[in-house]
Amino acid sequence: MRVNFKIWRQENRNAQGEFKTYEVDGLTDDMSFLEALDQLNEELVLKDEKVIAYEYDCREGICGQCGVFINGRAHGPHPNMTTCQLHMRSFKDGETITVEPWRAKSFPIIKDLIVDRSAFDRIIESGAYISSRTGSAPEANAIPIPKEIADKAMDAAACIGCGACVATCKNSSAVLFTSAKINHLNNLPQGKAEAEKRLEQMIYQMDLEGFGNCSNTGACEIECPEGISISNIAEVNSSWLRMKLFK
Amino acid sequence: MNPKVPDGPLEYKWRNYQLKSQLINPANKKKLNIIVVGSGLSGAGAASTLAEMGYDVKCFCYQDSARRAHSVAAQGGINAAKNYQHDGDSVYRMFYDTLKGGDFRSREANTYRLAELSAPLIDHFVQQGVPFAREYGGTLVNRSFGGVQVQRTFYARGQTGQQLLLAAYSQLYKMVRAKKVTMYARSEMMDLVVVDGKAKGIIVRDLVTGQLKRYAADAVVLATGGYSRVFRLSTLAIGCNGSAIWKAHKKGAFFAAPSFTQIHPTALPQSSEAQSKLTLMSESLRNDGRIWVPKQKDDSRAPKDIPEDQRDYYLERRYPSFGNLAPRDIASRAAKERIDAGYGVGRLKNAVYLDFKHAIDKFGLDTIKDRYGNLFTMYKKITGIDAYTTPMLISPAAHFSMGGLWVDYELMTTISGLYAVGECNFSDHGANRLGANSLLQASVDGYFILPNTINNYLADEIKVDHPTTEHPEFERAEREVNKHIDKILAIKGSKTVDHFHRELGKIMWQECAMSRTKEGLENAISEITKLKEQFWKNVKVTGNHDEMNTELEKAYRLSDFIELGILMCTDALQRKESCGAHFREEYQSKDGEAVRDDKDFSYVSAWEYNSGNFTLHKETLKFEFVEPIVRSYK
Repeated sequence: MRVNFKIWRQENRNAQGEFKTYEVDGLTDDMSFLEALDQLNEELVLKDEKVIAYEYDCREGICGQCGVFINGRAHGPHPNMTTCQLHMRSFKDGETITVEPWRAKSFPIIKDLIVDRSAFDRIIESGAYISSRTGSAPEANAIPIPKEIADKAMDAAACIGCGACVATCKNSSAVLFTSAKINHLNNLPQGKAEAEKRLEQMIYQMDLEGFGNCSNTGACEIECPEGISISNIAEVNSSWLRMKLFK
Repeated sequence: MNPKVPDGPLEYKWRNYQLKSQLINPANKKKLNIIVVGSGLSGAGAASTLAEMGYDVKCFCYQDSARRAHSVAAQGGINAAKNYQHDGDSVYRMFYDTLKGGDFRSREANTYRLAELSAPLIDHFVQQGVPFAREYGGTLVNRSFGGVQVQRTFYARGQTGQQLLLAAYSQLYKMVRAKKVTMYARSEMMDLVVVDGKAKGIIVRDLVTGQLKRYAADAVVLATGGYSRVFRLSTLAIGCNGSAIWKAHKKGAFFAAPSFTQIHPTALPQSSEAQSKLTLMSESLRNDGRIWVPKQKDDSRAPKDIPEDQRDYYLERRYPSFGNLAPRDIASRAAKERIDAGYGVGRLKNAVYLDFKHAIDKFGLDTIKDRYGNLFTMYKKITGIDAYTTPMLISPAAHFSMGGLWVDYELMTTISGLYAVGECNFSDHGANRLGANSLLQASVDGYFILPNTINNYLADEIKVDHPTTEHPEFERAEREVNKHIDKILAIKGSKTVDHFHRELGKIMWQECAMSRTKEGLENAISEITKLKEQFWKNVKVTGNHDEMNTELEKAYRLSDFIELGILMCTDALQRKESCGAHFREEYQSKDGEAVRDDKDFSYVSAWEYNSGNFTLHKETLKFEFVEPIVRSYK
């Protein structure tokens, strides 16, 4: 199998970037997309060129570090999948595949396909925790949590922090990421004490980072590798409204 | 070797230790700096808890965020002796299962403490908001794991590691917010700085700018995970490496049981030469999945066309009392035995079946989806195959490093002030780790043990001068790192880093994995030595040192893996017995089971680095409370 990779190259944060096209031959359809890029990089080294910088770590869809725009879609042509889970069988022989970094004001490009997602860490830092110290926990079964509640919290907690929701959103909104985390903690009895403070601080930080607003297109839900539902956004909006009206 | 095990009966040792250990008052803790390298479960747990106690903490990780650490990928669960299932579990039973699972090659007191601290750990994680699986009434659910006959594994779908790591990451960032932890992401430790025999800092490479930076501290904690990427193809993240502990080893930290590597029985099989990674399918699948191969060699029929009486459920056949839940080392070797004998399935005949048909018939599709849904989805994404209707293809893959830096009861290495926590140390698992004990060990080390033992060392460090990065040892270490990097870039040979990594992986997988021989290991040592020469003559890395250079990162990590590979083979060669995951073909019974030699090998091998050579030190394992028996799961 042979493809042309049309890839965004950019030396560093301040440099001007551009697309460059590379032909790669001898691929097989059971290779992963990242393995095809690995092969291209090996070829570049032997041609005395600098390798393409792209991110990955676990290569099994859970660490959230990989993520590029492929042919105009976050994480490639399939819904609910990470870049590392994408295989070459999803492309045609001879196809030109366009590969770009996440494009969002709050995710500045570091090099080639690598962006800086530390804005997500700062949103977490602003309130995505339960303030209790190691050593201070009560017995685990002391507070029963009905299965429905635990399952709902787990659905929201599954977020891998890859940033596909932001990258795919026309407004570069991070509200799916932020609301999933708020709902994970605010639904659990342990998280209730700080629920309003968490809601207020995390939304404040999200705005401060320059992410856009949600206009309910639902694109984020489709590209989210964990399929996190946009009903999380509705739930947070309703909590926000209740807090502002009755407080 | 003095492991500093406290006196008293097993169940009082940890309490006795804490009673006697020195304390530091909160005002003084503020004046002490601690460096934590790694932000996985053990690193983030340690960094956040140390910060809560009042220490000034700096935490480093090579990824773009602490949330990426490879603890995130652990799927199945975490063990704890809660006895919620009322099935006869207890701290002692969990301790015994772990010690036996490790084939009696770990320290009794450490293993007991692991079991003892497991129950409060579940309390801790529930309080931190981990959404563990629950009954309809709201209490916690458990499942079984290999090598155990009770149900003591807690889980959050097939994403337990992710949920625990995210809890640790949240707690860590809570302390970043409180300005008690400074977090350095995209920062890789390049060397350890030792001043007058004590660990006093590290040299770090900023992976974005390539700049080298010096950081000083009163103590250094390594929490850098496992090193099974030495095999190249493994279940680990691509960035996982052994460099931090290898640098520490070269600076004087002894390396214990380096060759004890767990080969996981249920990973996806290799499909091509270009493959970079073997994806793990959780061991929890063996709760309901049945493993089999056809009874007939080279059977090319589709699995559904092979009738029941022509299937060999070889684990159930060989190990009737544990069946599909035999421990990992045993399950992996049994798979290898069938595959080598010509009964393997799949395109490359390198796999066995993991079949859910019986479980789906018995419990219904919905129950199986609820238990393992995300694993089946992952399987489909990678292979394109629906495992609800046809069996999964699985195969053994390099997984967990039981070996690591030697640590005493306080988790301190042989360098004063240098600690190792989590997978990067050798402590509790002996020659084989039980499933769902790795999240446990990482967490317990980081949250509960280290924060209680580090005081005992730091109490004396208040009285001495705090280190500064101006010290000549920092200068020297930085110069050495620079030299190492420049040397790699200057070679400009004709082979890529990945080429050398593939070669190393082939040798290690062939000779130092599931089955080892004297001849093979001797051959491997000479092959790797040649490979090392070739690497330093002929590797090619493009780009510069003063920029983001992912190829350079791979190269310096591989240069350490090559040296580590030699030590692993040296260790496997020296241990003339079979125990746990270490299976020497020369030492087996007639029916192919491991034959342990307690008379001559009941010790932990701790290797000292002597400019390219390794000297063996022995920590004799004293079994005061348990009589080591022949491990049987039949």
